[in-house]
Order: sequence, then structure tokens, then C-alpha cells
Amino acid sequence: MSTTDWGIDVPDAPHTETVEGQPIRFYEVDEHSHPEGYSTMLGFWIYLMSDCLIFAILFATYGVLGGNYAAGPGPRDLFELPLIAVNTAMLLFSSITYGFAMLSMQANRLRATQGWLAVTGLFGLAFLGIELYEFQHLIHIGAGPQRSAFLSSFFTLVGTHGLHVTFGLIWLVTLIVQLNKRGLVPANQRRVACLSMFWHFLDVVWIGVFTVVYLMGMLR
Amino acid sequence: MTPHPAPEVGPILGRLSLEAIPLHEPILIATFGMVAVGGVALLALLTKFRLWGYLWNEWFTSVDHKKIGIMYMVLGLVMFLRGFADAIMMRIQQAIAFNGSEGYLNAHHYDQVFTAHGVIMIFFVAMPFVTGLMNYVVPLQIGARDVSFPFLNNFSFWMTTAGAVLVMMSLFIGEFAQTGWLAYPPLSGIAYSPNVGVDYYLWSLQIAGVGTTLSGINLIVTILKLRAPGMGLMKMPIFTWTSLCTNILIVASFPVLTAVLALLSLDRYVGTNFFTNDFGGSAMMYVNLIWIWGHPEVYILILPLFGVFSEVTSTFSGKRLFGYTSMVYATIVIMILSYLVWLHHFFTMGSGASVNSFFGITTMIISIPTGAKLFNWLFTMYRGRIRYELPMMWTVAFMLTFTVGGMTGVLLAVPPADFVLHNSLFLIAHFHNVIIGGVLFGVFAAINFWWPKAFGFKLNSFWGKVSFWFWVPGFWVAFMPLYVMGLMGVTRRMRVFDDPDLQIWFVIAGIGAAMIAAGIGAMLVQFAVSIWKREELVDESGDPWNGRTLEWATSSPPPEYNFAFTPNIHDLDAWYDMKNRHHDRPVTGFRDIHMPRSTGSGVILAGISLVMGFALVWHIWWLAGLSLVSLISYAIYHTFNYDRDFHIPAAHVAEVEEARSRQLDAVRARETQAAGA
Amino acid sequence: MPTNPNAGRLIRRALPVLAALPLLAGCGELIVLDPAGDIARQQGNLVVISTLLMLLIVAPVMAATAWFAWKYRAANTQAKYAPDWDHSTHLELLIWAAPLMIIICLGALTWVSTHLLDPYRPLTSGGSDSPLGPGQEAAAPMEVQVVALDWKWLFIYPELGIATVNEFAAPIDRPISFRISGSSVMNSFYIPALAGQIYAMPGMETKLHGEFDQPGEFTGFSANYSGAGFSNMRFAARSMPAGEFDRWVAEVRASSGQLTRAAYLALERPSEKVPPMYFSAVEPQLFDLVVNMCVDTDKMCAHEMMAIDERGGLGIAGIHNVRRLAYDKFGGRGSAGGDSVLLASGSRYVQATCLAQLDPVKGGLLDPVNVAPLTGAGLSRPATLAAAFL
Repeated sequence: MSTTDWGIDVPDAPHTETVEGQPIRFYEVDEHSHPEGYSTMLGFWIYLMSDCLIFAILFATYGVLGGNYAAGPGPRDLFELPLIAVNTAMLLFSSITYGFAMLSMQANRLRATQGWLAVTGLFGLAFLGIELYEFQHLIHIGAGPQRSAFLSSFFTLVGTHGLHVTFGLIWLVTLIVQLNKRGLVPANQRRVACLSMFWHFLDVVWIGVFTVVYLMGMLR
Repeated sequence: MTPHPAPEVGPILGRLSLEAIPLHEPILIATFGMVAVGGVALLALLTKFRLWGYLWNEWFTSVDHKKIGIMYMVLGLVMFLRGFADAIMMRIQQAIAFNGSEGYLNAHHYDQVFTAHGVIMIFFVAMPFVTGLMNYVVPLQIGARDVSFPFLNNFSFWMTTAGAVLVMMSLFIGEFAQTGWLAYPPLSGIAYSPNVGVDYYLWSLQIAGVGTTLSGINLIVTILKLRAPGMGLMKMPIFTWTSLCTNILIVASFPVLTAVLALLSLDRYVGTNFFTNDFGGSAMMYVNLIWIWGHPEVYILILPLFGVFSEVTSTFSGKRLFGYTSMVYATIVIMILSYLVWLHHFFTMGSGASVNSFFGITTMIISIPTGAKLFNWLFTMYRGRIRYELPMMWTVAFMLTFTVGGMTGVLLAVPPADFVLHNSLFLIAHFHNVIIGGVLFGVFAAINFWWPKAFGFKLNSFWGKVSFWFWVPGFWVAFMPLYVMGLMGVTRRMRVFDDPDLQIWFVIAGIGAAMIAAGIGAMLVQFAVSIWKREELVDESGDPWNGRTLEWATSSPPPEYNFAFTPNIHDLDAWYDMKNRHHDRPVTGFRDIHMPRSTGSGVILAGISLVMGFALVWHIWWLAGLSLVSLISYAIYHTFNYDRDFHIPAAHVAEVEEARSRQLDAVRARETQAAGA
Repeated sequence: MPTNPNAGRLIRRALPVLAALPLLAGCGELIVLDPAGDIARQQGNLVVISTLLMLLIVAPVMAATAWFAWKYRAANTQAKYAPDWDHSTHLELLIWAAPLMIIICLGALTWVSTHLLDPYRPLTSGGSDSPLGPGQEAAAPMEVQVVALDWKWLFIYPELGIATVNEFAAPIDRPISFRISGSSVMNSFYIPALAGQIYAMPGMETKLHGEFDQPGEFTGFSANYSGAGFSNMRFAARSMPAGEFDRWVAEVRASSGQLTRAAYLALERPSEKVPPMYFSAVEPQLFDLVVNMCVDTDKMCAHEMMAIDERGGLGIAGIHNVRRLAYDKFGGRGSAGGDSVLLASGSRYVQATCLAQLDPVKGGLLDPVNVAPLTGAGLSRPATLAAAFL
């Protein structure tokens, strides 16, 4: 037993077993530092989950208020399903092309990666264009977000998704430029992978929007 | 209820005009004068001593988790003084507004004061304190060199600060919300709050909320990915465990707040109908959503402090923590259950007996793991050798205070009891009992505990004890009358009273508040005296309390890289284990250490966000648009910077560690000498 | 159980002593623990019983804290020291089981009492599960409709055809059935002497039941902050024997005030510290109109709107039907404002949506009045979505 200056007896016996014959190492003497961006994917994934929660709240809001038309138009009066189907196809295609971008990146083909990213961006742009056309049309006929709680929650849910796509597009353009400047360095690869998660995440959310808002809206 | 018609929106200044400066409020003008004089004096001093460059290079742009942690604590302390000033104003108003007296605050002013008090104390005092502690301590406890995303950490801090600055601006430019701290609609809607108060509320919380969410993500990843080798989840220090749970709660609840405040903003700015009375909106949905965030929020605040109390009890009892495993599971259970209780905040909205009893009972169930924790601390003290240093004193005070607060909380979870006590001063007393008795006492314990680690000298214990003995009885004197008045049916947020019998109770509560003021004063004196006499209080060992976890393995303050070699963990109390088994500190073979580089981007991005928030509050659309564009552009510009790290050369590390070895030798020599004598 | 009045009374009397309050006795009355109505009394008793139940565990814990804190102080070297003792299965069992036991008891108490004292539960005949206790025959309930206005309280006695502002009276020993709503923002209707509180919300109806069992002059108020005049949003709550109550009714009937729709719309406007007002006549169905936010004849009733929504809305034709639906959105409190209010707000969307009034829907699409009430049971109808799933 040894005694510290507080008069406390500290037993000398070690508390944990040691590996026979090996001295216990208390420090990593021959360590290597974590590679840069070691935690980025996990961090970005958790960020996406927090974003998912925002969408969850917007879906819940739509679920609660979606039937309050305030004696105004309902989904069947407003939605044009064929147009939305085309829109959905745009986003789904963009996910596929992003997948091709990822494959090209893994094959270390810079130009192909950039090319597929550009195609993805065009599909995204088409999606946004159709969505903006739909919004513009609704607002023009007077069915804007102010008209009823249903329309408020509709515009907010779909609009928030559209806003995400917009930011995704800005990011995508930035990334194409950065790939141009630096090529497929690890930092850029990481960024392409993060945007990939983001993009597919938006796709999944859109499938929810398409089902809950549009398809089920038509069934009302 | 619309005291002034909503002002015109001009093209250049939006709703902003000279009338927004509250020249008719002498209290505000005097405050402004004091703040202005103090601010100018501070700026002059900084300029005179040429500290700007130092502050900018060493602090504001630093990505070192330790410095960011300290900055969070400073922010919390400054805002605490503001929030406490609000509290004193309420106490004085309520102590004098009897017998037809209107007191000294009109409704417009008083209603802002209680709203600001709640908002500031929760978002800009408790949150920065908690985040600051986690930031400082967690990477050290897990043997890491920094957090996972150091730049994000700096950015989070400045976003929180920008939110705080926006709240402070509302004091002198315009007004703050007059809605209560959760801004229930329809009252907070544009129809009933047409002026800028609620907008200040919304944007300051949104800006600070970005910081909080990101720092939550950052710390989760840090804890999951950067633990030292050998530190399995069940070998993590208990404070790290509670931090992990708190950050999971942050990430899983702050987005709800972001969403619900965004919906309210849309109602106010765009004219949507989420929470309005008309066009099918539902104000009750706001109440539900905000409490789905709000209840986890209280556990976000208290869990890390439970961790602090665990570390303190174990350290100062000189004993392993009793029931570590059950402590961890209790924390996890609390974390999960905190999502299943939100409705107990509004039993009185008429949800029906079955729904009410469900949420009442889930609430009570939370008291089981909480009770288990209390027992664990109790049995950690049992057969210990308890040294009554300040952190331990605060912990015992917490155990006695918090128990009462917990009991009244369970009482309020019984719906029929809540029907008679909801929104009463009993409720006010209850949550101050748990927040002051739990969160604040915990923060004080933590400050006294880790201060020597952060600065290399202990805090003066005389002034610390003065503060303690003013604070703890002061708390009881201030809040016991509120419990009693709650049983008299006195409700919260009242400005004037007609029952003269109540006055004596408010006067007693006011005396309690004055005692707390003395406690705060003593604490400030404690800091000042300790800094002044730091030579006498110096601790060179790096381990002044005979600590048990890894933060005590470093020097005080730790070098910027924390650990020259990453520690290898074999036991729960890693540092205690290392001391026990006479570990050898490696003194050769240093390598270059890879570290993140400081950057001003966090300050700049948060600054732009602040401008954008201000522009949105005042409907200055061109400025809002401009700042949004600059925000995005600057963020993009920032991503073009690939040069974000550097290596501390091995020679420099060797030098620092050499100095540390000499310091430790000196300490040891002194100890041997003392033992010999 | 809180249904035993004697036990309750004993505890009630004992509690102030326990709380060491006698020094300040006379400085205010603990009305929550010693009210004048049976429901509030049972709720108050529940406060006491729950507290005692929890003290079973809280008091020993606090005592043990103080005891251990003293006994194991570092200076006491006689005390046993076991630095590595950190686990005991028996103790672990105890520390989880003991709170669990208390919570099981309290949970059972909660479940039963929450149902028994549910504010929505009428105080009618005295079955064994009656809130009034077994065998108690209750008199026929008296309905009172309560509207929270800015910042005053309106009480309508539909059976008597009278109404009052900021003064509420009721005979003792007769159940009162409250229907509660509000005109603008959330309030909470609370008479501590009578029964627990319940929110008063615009466009919603909540219910409360209570009964005075002793005469007296009490106070009621809003327990939920509702804006600048909140502190003075108080009213006299008077309980009196039946005969006296009849005289009070006669007095109200003798007043000249008439609560027509127009008078209500004027009354609804914000005012503070309003002295009690009497109305000898009330517009029939006024309360239902308040709940449906259509006291103003220009407005579409909420139940009508909801019935239309139930059938899928009015389609594109209904888009511009906003004037009849705007209640308080455009900066005017209450529905009394006309175009001037709409214009005065100067708001962008107002001009966009309100002035372009096209095709107002014809009134009387469905039977008016006789309300499909918006009970305050949680959120408003998620039913449409649920229906779509089913």
C-alpha cells in the first residue's frame, strides 16, 4: 500500500488483468494520426438524420393540417399527377446518374465523374423547373400558401424539399469546379461521397412526398 | 392588444426608424448608457494593451476545443448576468405592485422582461455552459487531440454568440417578444404581436440553433470515433457518457425546434396558416411541437451535469463510482423516455383522461432512473473519504436541493394535481428548483473542479465558500415562497396583484434574490481574487484533486495537442489506473503532431448571419438578400481552402514535454521533501 | 383514495403545520389545499397524498445524504474506507426497485384519479365511481358558457338567458357544467376554489365540471399569459345558497344590457380592468357562434367550413372565398373590422388574396348553427389522412 498526500490508502494491486508476460502499455508510442476526414462520413450521416427530422415534422404537419382546405380547393382540384410523375422521374434519374458519377470516381476517371455530375445537375434543374412551374401556377390561380392550412403545409413541405435540391445544385456546381481545380484528391472524393448521400437522401424524401402528398392526395 | 399599429416598411430601412430606439424608457436608457460606457472602456483597454491581435489570433479564430470551451463559458457567464438582471427586475416589480400600485414596469416592458429572462437563461446561459463544459472536457477525457470537426466547432460557437448578440440588440433597438419564453401562438402570431419582438425571438433562436445542432453532431462523432485505444463504450468516463446522450438528444430534438420556429416565421412573414385561428390553422399543434423539443431540452441541460456530479462524487470520495453500469443505463433510459412525456406540459389543454394519464405515468417513470442515479451517488459517498472542496460542496447541495425539485416535478405529473398547479408559481418554483439546483449548481461544481485544469491554478476557496453560502440558502429563501404562493393559487407572469396578503411572500422571495445576487457577486470576486493571486494557488501537478480520468493526465493547462502520445486505456478510471500501476510517461520518440489550423471563417459566417437576422427582423429586404448571397458565397469560398491543417514539429513537442518533465520532477521533489519533513 | 373526505380534511389541516408555515399563517390562504368545491378538494388532496407517498422515499434519501456526507468526511478516519467497492447486486436491486414500487403506487393513483377527476366528466348521478363519491345524488347540472375575451371573462347562462362579464355566481351544491372558449388567444380558465383549470382557446370548446359546497366570495382568473392586460384578467367567483342565487339572477335580469351579436363584437375588443357587467338578454346560440368564430354575420362558421372540407373542399371555385374566412389574420382583432382593417394592415398578401374577392360561397350550404362541436380533444382532426390510409 502506498499513501498519497490526502492520507488515502491506494492499493498497489492492479485492477485489471494484464496479458501474461507483456508489459502494460499506457501510451501508443508508435501511433499514426487519424487520416484526414476520418469521421466525415459518420458526421454527415448524422447531419442527414437531423435533417430527416425536419422533414418528419413537416410531414406530421401536413398529416395534421392536410385536410383543412378552408372551404377552398383540395389536392384533387390542384395537382396534375402526370406532371408530378415526370418530375419524380427527373429526380429518380438524377439519382441513377449520380450513381454513375460515383462509379466513375471509384474508377478514378475525373472527366467521367464530372460529366455524370453535370448530367445529375441537369436532371435536378429540370426537377426544380417543373416544381417552380407548379408553384407558379398554383399561386397564379390564387391557391398560394396563404389560402388554407392545407396549402401552407403543402408549400412548406414540398418547398423545403425544393430548397434542399437548390442547395444540392449549388454544391454540385461548386464541386465540379473543385474537381476541375484539384482532381480526385481524397478531400474531393469525400465531398462527392457526401453529396451523394445528400442527393439520395433527397430522393428518398421525395418518394415520401410523392406518395403522401400527391398519390394519397388524389385518393382523398 | 396591438399597442402600436405595425409600422410602415420602408425600402431602405424596412421597419427600422428612430422610434425604434426606446428613448421613452429611462431604465433602458440608463442601461444603455452603462453598457456603452463599459463597452467603450473595454474597447479602449483592449486597444491600449494591443490585445486585438492576440484575441483574434489566439481565441476568436482558434479551433482548439479548449479555447472554444472557455469562450462558451464566458458567453454563458455574461448572459447569466443579463438574465439575472431580468430576474431582479421581476422580483422588485412583484414585491411592490400591490394595493393599486402599478409597480415601476408597464406591461409592455415587464412582459419583455420575463420573456427575455426565460429565453436567455435557457438558450444563452444554460446551453453555452453545458456546451462549453462538454467542449472542454470530452476530448481530454477520451484522450483525443481535438473534436472531429474543429472548424465546425468554432463556427457553432460563433453562431450561438450571434444569437445572443441579436437578443441583446433587442434591448436597445426595438423590443423583445412579449409572449413568454415559448411564444405560443396565436399570441405570437402577426395578428397579435405585429411588432419586431417575436421576430427577434425567432431569428436569435434560429441562428443559435444552427450552432447547437452542429456542435451536437460534432461531439457525437468525436465521442464515437476519437476515443483512445482500449476505451470501449463501457470504459468511457461517465461525463462522456452523459455528454454522448445529451448530444444525441440535441441532434434529435433541435431540428424539431428549427422546424416549428420556421413554421411560425412563415406565419408571420409569408402569411401561411399553420398556427392561426383562421383558414384551418391549429395553434395547439405549435404547443405540441414545441414541447416535443422542449422536454428533451431539459434533459439536454441536466444530463451533462449528472455526469459532472458523478465525476466529482467519485473523485472527492476517493472511490470508484458506485454502479457505473446502472448509471449508464439510467442515462440511456432517461434519454429515450424524455421523448415520451411532452404532453405533461399541457394536460390542461383537454386531451382526455387516458392520454393525460399515459403521459403522466411515463413522466413518473423517468424518476426511477433519476432516483437510481441519486442512490448511486449516495453509495459512492458511502465508505468513501469525502474531501469537502468546493465541487463536492456544490454536489451535496445539489443532492439535497434537486431531490425536492424532482419530487415536486413528479407531483406535477399527476394530471389532477397539475390541473390545480399548472402555470402557477408552484411550477415556477419547481423548475427553478431543478434548473438552479441541478444545472447551475452543477456548472458551479464543474467550474471549480476543472478551472485548475484550464488555467493552471485553483480557485480561491474562501470566496467560493462565501458564494456557496449565499447561493444555497438564497435559493431556498427565493423559491420557497413561490411554492407556497402556488398553493395559494397565484399564477405566473403576473405584473400587479390585488391581494395584499401576498406581498410579504414576494418580499421574502426578493430577499432571497438579493442573497443570490450576493452569491453571484462573491463568485465574481472569487474569479478576480484567484486570477490576481494565481501564484499562490498554482497547481503544477496537473492533477490537483487526485483525479481519476484522463484530463488529469496532462499538464494544466494542457498543451494545444493535449497528449503527446495517445493514451492506452485498460480501466474505467483510466488515469487512476495509470497512477496506481506506476505508469511511465514516455519522454522520447516524439513525432510530428497533425493539428487543425485556425480560421476566421467561423467569425465571418456568423457575423453575416447576424446581419441577416437583423435585416429579417426589421424587414430590410435588400440587406437580408445581400447577406444571404454573401453567406452562401463565403461558405463556398471557404470550401476552396484545402489547406486546413499543419503539423506541430516533433522538436517543438519534445521541448514542451521536456518542460513538463522538469515541472513534474519539481513537484515530485517537493512532495518527497514534504513527506520527509 | 382521495374520496374519503375525513382523511382528506385531516391531511389538509395537517399540511400547513407540516410545512412549517404557522409563522406566516394569515398571510394568504392555501386555497388550492382548502377550496370550496369538491373537485378542487379532491385535487388538492391528491397533491397532499402524492407528496406523502413520495416522501416515503425522498425523506430517507435526503436523510441518508446528510448522514453519509457527515459520516464519511475525510476527517473521520474511523469510518470504513473501501476505495474499490463499486458494485453490489443487492443494493442495485434495491435502488431500482424502491423507486419503482413508489411509482407503481403513484401510477395507479394517477390512472384512477385522472379518470375520476377528468374535467370532461359530468357530475351527474352518484354511482360508485361518481366524482362526488358513492351514493351522492347530484342535482341537475347548470350549464355556464365561458368566453375568454381580451382581457375579461364573459359568462353566459343559457338556461336563464342572462350573461355577465367579470362576475360569476353559482348556487352551492349544484353541479356546474362549463363550456369554455375564447375569442383571440389562449387563456386558461381557473377558479381555484371550485375546480382545476382548463385552457380557453379561440375556435375550440373545452369543458369543465365543478360544484361549490360552501358559500363564499372567491376569485377566478386566467392562468395562461395572454398579453398586456393579462394581470387584470380576473373575475369575482361567488358561491351562494340557492335563494340568494335566485335574487342575484333577478338582479341581472333587471339590468338593461342586451348581449346581441353587435354588442358582443364591441365587447370583444381589447379592454382592461373591466368592472362587472350584467346582460338581461343574450343572443340565442351566441356561444356556438363564438366557438365557430362567426358572431360576425359576414363570416362563415367554422363547422360549416369543416363540413365542406370533409367533403373535399369547394374546389377551384372556392379559391377566392377568403373574406368570409379571415378572422383575425389581417391585423384586426376580432371579426368586427371591415375593409378598413384589411387595408390598414397594408400587408402584401392581404392585397394579394383578400381584395381579389370573386365568388363568395352562398351561406346556408349546410344547416347553420347546432354545432358539430370542436371539442378540445387534442389536435384538430388528422382524420382525413387516417381515412386515406384505411
